[in-house]
Amino acid sequence: MSRHIAAAAIRGSHKIAAEAAEALNMAIAAKGDDYRFEFPDTAFYLPHIFGMTGMKVETLGQMKDALDYAKGMLSAEPAQEEYLPYLGETLDAGQATLFAEEILLASRYVLGLEPVVEKIDGSDFTYNGFISDTILRDLGIQLVDGSMPGFAVIIGKAPTDEIAVEICRDLQQRNILTFLCGNVDGDSVTKQLLRKGVDLGWDARLVALGPETYHALYAGDWACRGALTFGGKKGGDALSVLKYNKDRIFAFAMVLGPMNDLIWSTGAGAITYGFPAICDTEVPEIRPTGVCTYEHVVSQTDHKKLVDTCIETRGLKITITKVPVPVAYGPAFEGERIRKEDTVFEFGGQKTTSFEWVTTKELSEIEDGRIEVIASAETLAKIESAAPGNTVRLPMGLVIDVAGRKMNPDFEPVIERKLHDYVNCAQGVWHMGQRDVNWMRISQQAFGDGFRIKHLGDIVYVMVKNKFPAIVDKVQVKLYLDDDKVKEMQEQARAVYKARNERVASLTDETVDTFYSCLLCQSFAPNHVCVISPERLGLCGAYNWLDARAAYEIDPTGPNQPVAKGECTDPVKGRWKGVDGYVFQTSHQTLEGFSAYSIMDAPMTSCGCFECIVALVPEANGFMIVNRGYTGMTPIGMKFSTLAGTVGGGVQAPGFGGIGKYFITSRKFLSADGGLKRVVWMPKSLKEALREDLIRRSEEEGVPGFIDMICDETIAEDSEKMLEFLSEKGHPALTMESIL
Amino acid sequence: MSEEKKEKRKASSIDPCAVDLLKYAEECSIQTAFSRSDSLKPCPIGAEGACCKICAMGPCRLKSKDGEDALKGVCGASLATVTARNIARMVAGGTAAHSDHARDVANTLLAAAEEHTKDYQIKDVEKLLAVASNFGIDTSGKTKNEVAKEVAEFVLKDFGQQKGEVSFIRTATKKRQDLWREHKLVPRGVDREVCELMHRTTMGVDTDPEDILDAALRTSLADGWSGSRIGTDFSDILFGTPKPIKSEDSLGAFQKKHVNIVVHGHEPTLSEMIVVASEMPELIDYAKSKGAEGINLVGMCCTSNEILLRHGIKSAGGFLNQELGILTGAVEAMVVDVQCIMPAIADVVKGFHTKLVTTSPKGRIPGAEHIEFDELHALDVAKKIVRLACDNFPNRKDTRIPDYGKTMIAGFSHEYIKYMQGGRFRGSFRPLNDAIISGRIRGLAGIVGCNNPRVDQDSLHDYLVRELIANDVLVVQTGCGAHASAKSGLLRPETMELAGPGLREVCEAIGIPPVLHMGSCVDNSRILTVLTAVAQEGGLGDDISDIPVVGIAPEWMSEKALAIAFYAVASGLYVIFGVESPIAASPTVQKIMSEGWEKKVGGKLEFIPGKEEMLAATLAHIDKKREALKLRKYEKGKFGVEKVLMSMADRRKLEEAAHAHKGVGGV
Ligand code: SF4
Ligand code: SF4
Ligand code: SF4
Repeated sequence: MSRHIAAAAIRGSHKIAAEAAEALNMAIAAKGDDYRFEFPDTAFYLPHIFGMTGMKVETLGQMKDALDYAKGMLSAEPAQEEYLPYLGETLDAGQATLFAEEILLASRYVLGLEPVVEKIDGSDFTYNGFISDTILRDLGIQLVDGSMPGFAVIIGKAPTDEIAVEICRDLQQRNILTFLCGNVDGDSVTKQLLRKGVDLGWDARLVALGPETYHALYAGDWACRGALTFGGKKGGDALSVLKYNKDRIFAFAMVLGPMNDLIWSTGAGAITYGFPAICDTEVPEIRPTGVCTYEHVVSQTDHKKLVDTCIETRGLKITITKVPVPVAYGPAFEGERIRKEDTVFEFGGQKTTSFEWVTTKELSEIEDGRIEVIASAETLAKIESAAPGNTVRLPMGLVIDVAGRKMNPDFEPVIERKLHDYVNCAQGVWHMGQRDVNWMRISQQAFGDGFRIKHLGDIVYVMVKNKFPAIVDKVQVKLYLDDDKVKEMQEQARAVYKARNERVASLTDETVDTFYSCLLCQSFAPNHVCVISPERLGLCGAYNWLDARAAYEIDPTGPNQPVAKGECTDPVKGRWKGVDGYVFQTSHQTLEGFSAYSIMDAPMTSCGCFECIVALVPEANGFMIVNRGYTGMTPIGMKFSTLAGTVGGGVQAPGFGGIGKYFITSRKFLSADGGLKRVVWMPKSLKEALREDLIRRSEEEGVPGFIDMICDETIAEDSEKMLEFLSEKGHPALTMESIL
Repeated sequence: MSEEKKEKRKASSIDPCAVDLLKYAEECSIQTAFSRSDSLKPCPIGAEGACCKICAMGPCRLKSKDGEDALKGVCGASLATVTARNIARMVAGGTAAHSDHARDVANTLLAAAEEHTKDYQIKDVEKLLAVASNFGIDTSGKTKNEVAKEVAEFVLKDFGQQKGEVSFIRTATKKRQDLWREHKLVPRGVDREVCELMHRTTMGVDTDPEDILDAALRTSLADGWSGSRIGTDFSDILFGTPKPIKSEDSLGAFQKKHVNIVVHGHEPTLSEMIVVASEMPELIDYAKSKGAEGINLVGMCCTSNEILLRHGIKSAGGFLNQELGILTGAVEAMVVDVQCIMPAIADVVKGFHTKLVTTSPKGRIPGAEHIEFDELHALDVAKKIVRLACDNFPNRKDTRIPDYGKTMIAGFSHEYIKYMQGGRFRGSFRPLNDAIISGRIRGLAGIVGCNNPRVDQDSLHDYLVRELIANDVLVVQTGCGAHASAKSGLLRPETMELAGPGLREVCEAIGIPPVLHMGSCVDNSRILTVLTAVAQEGGLGDDISDIPVVGIAPEWMSEKALAIAFYAVASGLYVIFGVESPIAASPTVQKIMSEGWEKKVGGKLEFIPGKEEMLAATLAHIDKKREALKLRKYEKGKFGVEKVLMSMADRRKLEEAAHAHKGVGGV
């Protein structure tokens, strides 16, 4: 009966509030009221509390106020009979619990107790602890857009280690990101997986947050920031934040093992986010819907059906493209590394000749679905000899013939670029690079499971057919393994690569009449529009002009639409009548249009998932660029995450903007504002990643050696030092016309 | 009921306390409304609305066996005109009553805001701000008294306003507002509409029945969307917005060793002060000095509902209990203000020590002691009254306090109903709408209104409540209807056992009884607010008239009940009234009020005497609305929604977006 749940949750909330108060008092005793605290790498204070109330808790003293607020949401347990209604009160108790848990965890951080380090089977295991803004931005988008269709928070412990593994594998195969926390008498799913040798971590999409139930709050913190960053919701607008999660973040709690007051109470908090709880024990259910989309609490004692029940209760449909290979397949396996010693087959990587190439053929020339391994008897014998301990290195020519009525050679690189993801998703198969600098490994484990070279062809075939349905009608794959043949084919491919490079170089904003829009991000930044031109790619870095054109062919009514440039009204700033009209309409009349080449005058908007942020540094008369993933300080005194908070949401903010990384080396990069020469600072890693192109571009700009004039964090993290460096180097920006 | 049966009928009650006390009255030959209703039959011509007496050429009694058009009044008025005029004038009376009550509350709010009195303060700032925001009043940087003053002044205009629209109209659904405007049904000012309706219906003005009835609809809207709404919202601001509270409702609420004071009537302004006074230590001591153990304050009628919802003050029941309460011999003072106060109590008290105290400058009763209330000296007046009751304690003789008591959970303001469905952050009407859509809840019914000795007290309320909840209809109640259910224990969460399986699941999830006590008769405005919220929540059409809901006043008697019926209909509800039909004489008027109105405003008013027929009509209407909304057909025990499992493609459609940032062909 629900009254039972209500009573337990309300009891739990009182207890955790007391615990939080105690931990906070200890932290204050140690550090004092004014001690400033923030979770590692976040711009959102205590994110849940900020999201719900708008309170910017920065000191231990302020945590007391936040805890008082939480205490205001506590109520008495409902009576046994003739009781007062309890649902609203229970959900408030759940919220109070989340507040208390956040304060408890913050206090524990202050006291040096987080992230938890625990001895597990003799070695130290460090839990993830708080999830940083960077990870949120790296991965969160996939949650919002659905390529990571949901996330599970598992609390507790499965009845056996095998069941724990089965459940987690099942979740991995469905691309779900799984957080682990809680324990039953000290044992937990985390420990069960470790005992079974399962890899944990972000790449595996299995993340151990901490050993206690309250560590689930870290997942809640993440969800809350999803609404704040991607949804553009404001801290304090609790209803919007929570509804955003209900509608767009497909999360659920899976409780393994017996319930207790704190689990119920935390679960009540989760329900306010629209996240239901599915338990593997007999519990009273709450089936009427409304706070969550479907049932709120469901019991499923059959572990075989557990994941299905979770997914159904949350209202998720996950279609996985079934790839006919004998290993698990999905993004959860994308990030795994294969060590040299564990490798059975290896191709390329400068050790053998190799390349991969998508090429267009006539429909009649292709036998759809044909996978051909082309190898001499000698090579085949070598393949036969492969065994654990004996790594076989082979040349590889992976040639994918495609044909389709709407196929266009311009789409070849679009498809080709995806091969990396497709191959990598197979467990025990690893891929790097592209074109003729590719590199692949197949692991012993995969080999033992029956994975053979031909399966690479199967993967490519199935994925290309599935992901490019409107373009590609027929696909066949050839795997050349003999060195001479590979060399011969590589020559052909190289000629095409070269032609393509020339084609891309010749593609300028002036030579096409049509740009493409991308409205994908409107799902979370409702007025944001990307207009993608040959010389300016989408700010997320995932779409260039060719990609967008291909996407339009695949789905003509989809989010990538052709935008006729129309009459050019300002060639310097990059403004066209057609673009402005389109932007006005699709930004729902919030933007009059924008300049493609300027960040100072009506710049393009940013949604929240930019690869890099460009920001004006007035004292240097130039710009700095900082990329996602760089967590250090920048000369304007803000870290990426703080800066990101001021840029996103689909509004024009002159002087600031999100861009795709490769825009930096485009000839049109802020060309109206002085271009590349204005760049005064960027993180070293970014500089290195773009090195060759930067050198090429600075020569074009007539400043050879410019790359060494750009300051980075190893030289200066503050403005003063940076300026010293710039004048020492004679940075061109200092003498350029004033930018303001 | 056949004429013959009516003859033999003896007015009674299903309330065991009432039955006991009625027996006592009979033994002592004390007359009550029950016994008088047995001996004084309603005039058959007037009862059906066929008598006109608005001028001295008449009264004209237009009832004929030969049909509606057979007779005309001396002036030539048709039966339809006369019937329409009669009912319209009743609506004017009801509207005047609710609105005049509201005027007092609004003036009290203004007095409190201007600090002319210390006795009243703004208790519920949150509600004040919410009401202010309805009117676009800028509240930033203002004190609560400043805001309250602006709000009170803004709304007080409603009463005397000559042009424009009364304030709360803007809180209805957009569609409803447009419809009202289209049919010129938006009231311009409360007093103007009442006054104009009296003018229209005097001798020789408006004789077009449809036009008269339109004017009555407009007048009633000045009640539902102004007067009553002000009464509710301003009382909440001054005295607190109700939330669930446990209490008791029974004639057994009197205590043998305490000074028992009954507050009876309608306005919370005085009763709130008596609550304060009755809890003051000095007065409790005073009671003790008179030999009592303390002071026991008990409410009756709608005043009871006001202080029950806000303070948990016990109730001795509704309208028909007022004489019976005195018969217990345990009442030191019965304090009354306005509305539904039977002059008979002045006679009944003669045989007992009970002091009858009138307090309103608008309502005096010969034989009663009059202690006039004014809001500037409210507490002093209240203290004086409590003292008087204490002084009377030593005069008490035998008592006969019935020994049946039932608890109840009351206090379902619309604010709480929203809260209970999601807590402070997620409160909404989504769960309720979902429950209706999924068929867990078949529909909603408001069972409201009076008691009337022409039917056994509470019997129709009780029958309908039990049957409807068993059929998965969620019931809300106000006024004396709520007293009926409270007295029979139906307002306890345990009542969910009697509910259909779907409704029961919902009750269990939230922890509520399947019957929700929403307050006094002016609080029917809360029902309109709830229904507006339901319509706006989505999934059940976009206006109140789309919702599977019925309003029923099975035992009505007051003009106020008719005003409520009219504004409910004008707001889109199907309303069923029991007992007698004041329009029985005119098929033309009946047709206008059912088919005609359903076309015009989406609601209709019908008088249905039999309880089974009322039930059947209610369920049929709910099912009709369900069908129109294309909801799943209601089947007891079978519910649930087709789950829409969201694939990537569905989500893309949902938000015009696909796998962002993965590029084309992303995994
Ligand atoms: S191109 Fe722009 S709108 Fe499209 S996915 Fe990337 S950032 Fe979002
Ligand atoms: S108004 Fe007409 S119908 Fe009415 S009493 Fe006068 S004469 Fe008769
Ligand atoms: S319901 Fe009827 S009898 Fe009861 S208080 Fe209201 S108007 Fe009076």
